[in-house]
Amino acid sequence: MNLLRKNDLIMLGLSLVIFAILQVLITTKVLTSFWELNLIIIGINVIMAVSLNLINGYTGQFSLGHAGFMAVGAYTGVVMTTFFHLPFIVAIIAGAVLAGLLGFLIGLPTLRLRGDYLAIATLGLGEIIRIVIMNLDYVGGAAGFKGITHHTNFAWVFLIMLFTLFVIKNFVNSSHGRACIAIRENEIAAEAMGINTTKYKVMAFTIGAAFAGVAGCLFGHNFYIISPGSFTFLASFNYLIMVVMGGLGSITGSIAGAFVVTFISAVLAPWPEFRMIIYALALILLMFYRPQGLFGYMEVTSMGIFRRIFKRGHES
Amino acid sequence: MDFLHQFVQQLINGVSLGSIYALIALGYTMIYGIIKLINFAHGDIYMVGAYIGFFAITRAGLSIVPALLISMVVTGILGMIVERLAYKPLRHAPRISVLITAIGVSFFLEYASMYFVSPTPRTFPEVIPSVAFNVGPFIVNGQQMLIMGITLVLMLILTYIVQKTKLGKAMRAASFDVETAQLMGINADRVISFTFCIGSALAAAAGVLVGVYYNSIDPLMGIMPGLKAFVAAVLGGIGILPGAVAGGIILGVIEALVSGFISSTFRDAAAFAILILVLLFKPSGIFGKNTREKV
Amino acid sequence: MSEVLLKAENVSIVFGGLKAVSDFDFYINKGELIGLIGPNGAGKTTAFNLITGVYQPTTGSIEFAGKSIVGKKPYEITQRGIARTFQNIRLFSELTVLDNVKIAFHSHVKYGLAETVFRVGRYFSEEKQIEEESMKLLKIFKLDGHAYDQAKNLPYGAQRRLEIARALAAKPKLLLLDEPAAGMNPQETKELMEMISWIRKEFGLTVLLIEHDMSLVMGICERIYVLEYGMIIANGTPKEIQENPEVIRAYLGGEA
Repeated sequence: MNLLRKNDLIMLGLSLVIFAILQVLITTKVLTSFWELNLIIIGINVIMAVSLNLINGYTGQFSLGHAGFMAVGAYTGVVMTTFFHLPFIVAIIAGAVLAGLLGFLIGLPTLRLRGDYLAIATLGLGEIIRIVIMNLDYVGGAAGFKGITHHTNFAWVFLIMLFTLFVIKNFVNSSHGRACIAIRENEIAAEAMGINTTKYKVMAFTIGAAFAGVAGCLFGHNFYIISPGSFTFLASFNYLIMVVMGGLGSITGSIAGAFVVTFISAVLAPWPEFRMIIYALALILLMFYRPQGLFGYMEVTSMGIFRRIFKRGHES
Repeated sequence: MDFLHQFVQQLINGVSLGSIYALIALGYTMIYGIIKLINFAHGDIYMVGAYIGFFAITRAGLSIVPALLISMVVTGILGMIVERLAYKPLRHAPRISVLITAIGVSFFLEYASMYFVSPTPRTFPEVIPSVAFNVGPFIVNGQQMLIMGITLVLMLILTYIVQKTKLGKAMRAASFDVETAQLMGINADRVISFTFCIGSALAAAAGVLVGVYYNSIDPLMGIMPGLKAFVAAVLGGIGILPGAVAGGIILGVIEALVSGFISSTFRDAAAFAILILVLLFKPSGIFGKNTREKV
Repeated sequence: MSEVLLKAENVSIVFGGLKAVSDFDFYINKGELIGLIGPNGAGKTTAFNLITGVYQPTTGSIEFAGKSIVGKKPYEITQRGIARTFQNIRLFSELTVLDNVKIAFHSHVKYGLAETVFRVGRYFSEEKQIEEESMKLLKIFKLDGHAYDQAKNLPYGAQRRLEIARALAAKPKLLLLDEPAAGMNPQETKELMEMISWIRKEFGLTVLLIEHDMSLVMGICERIYVLEYGMIIANGTPKEIQENPEVIRAYLGGEA
């Protein structure tokens, strides 16, 4: 059997064991609904962070509008289940497709911009998406969409998160992913090596947007109401913090970042100002002392402890 | 006739709102011109300026002009401190790291302010009698006169500083090329510090004027105007001072027209749509020149 | 009989009123090793940028293997079989030496997005092949010992060699080398010369190189073009070039 496939199976097995343990703890009420909710939020945030990392970290295209795509996924999803009474999985796929399509349409013209200009343009587009939703009476406008059926639970979130990680990990470890990474490293050299840089930037952006749509759909069905206020650019910043904290260009890092940020938010929830001040200081100190984030470009599978488990777990 | 009347009235409102954007945009454009940083925290500096003005009026019982000056001085110093503590250590770091730091500073100023002055909005005292002047069939109120007057005075002073003083010349030199400017004996650190000081002082003035205009201030008031001032700076051509002013006023007018004729909920969307159109079709802005990367 | 691989006719480019290259006429036959020399600022790198599609000529035509490549994007030109190195090294510096080379195989990869994401079909076999071919290239350039080092940590000469290895991974017919020996000591330059001659035979390449090191140019090039002020002032064998009064004037600044 192929070595890479074996590693995948080991990781998959480990993940399923973790899933089984957590699911049992939830079913037996050892973990209270507060913790279940936080596990769900962590899972959604992992999807958001990893998909944003594909754009910002791997491809090096600085996007600040990720919450906009999440909003598209969330609203598409709740419209599917609430108005058309379609199954949840159809809603998720629809959310992914629509968010991905929008990502494609937005990415095509804007990804010509570089660095901070792209950042500010995507921020603007994210806000435009939100403002448009706010003005759509069909989905409840500024007051929000009410009467959503609660579909999201821990199992859905965990399994879809696992699928997301699997897809994005495989993507970045392929010739397609290498093309994206080459663009981050040196766009002119990438182009000179035969890489259609526009195509791969737009591809990364589209895939990232589609998974943000998936996360949005899960998020939308976790409460009974959603409102445009959940998808401001401050939310985009929040996902950015996770990615930067974990390491631009590390999936392990994004998982860790999503975990740490969600955990800190939950613990400091009673003191919201304090929480944001800690965020802010953490972000600044990180840029001073560890700008590559906790993991840099490292993955947990290439670290010593896992190397021993996998014998030769080098894959990148 | 009615349409024309409303149009001109919105134009007047737009110019006064645009003056505010112009004052903030000047700081953005100066800072970007020299250290190529989108200072996300600039909008929050403006918010701090508004609060300092507020306390100078309510606690110290000052009238508007001294309060404005105090706010400008204190906020100018704050701008220098922020630069010294947060941005200077990253002078040679990748631009994205500095951008993220700026986001961090922005959060810090917003929520530290919230902690100290509470998140509830404050009512800005009425510092000038609410009078309205009739100019022909149009109405210009006292606040609008004050905003436009003070903006004009500040711009004249800024023009003098930038064109005539030694530091101003150093600033212009540094905005072309910091390294070459240093080789010519310009102390880049001092110039950058000075730029943050002036930019922040102008933002503070804008903050106080907005307080006077809208009568209400809160710790998150800087987010949107900050972003829009950046749009104004890009619209006019980033790094170009008259561009920032023109961009600010054009943006203010467009927003006023969108609010007046379409819907005020689309006001913010209009600003971002302008940003994207400018970036896509003329990224160097109205007054800018195109450049290309050397291979 | 020699067949023309690259042909440029009347190529000019204007940057804001300044003619950086004008009436550039030249050809390269299949299998040749051509040198492009000239004083600093003569337009040599600009000529490379025109051939590789980084710049579009203001006037003139460029044909590669019988087809026009004017208006094509740099990646399309690479896919047609022209690869290059850069004067100011442009490696993917944070990545490993091996990944640098693997990236350049990009346009020869056949597996699609679905095969990638679900790891089925050709994914494994092609990845294995890419890895093997990359290691083979690294071995040729004596970089195999550094395969898992970050490119930015290589010594300067090794970085230049890696650029060539990476360009070869794109499987070009024509290889453009922009000052491959810049910053190398005489010993390294000599090794590089031998290596260029060797890979040319081994891979059946046509090579065009810009170089300041006259010993290298005169030593291995079969034909040389001399540029000055954006114009070709001479063209011929190394011996002819050495004796050409125009060239001597251009380099020594004396009266012709």
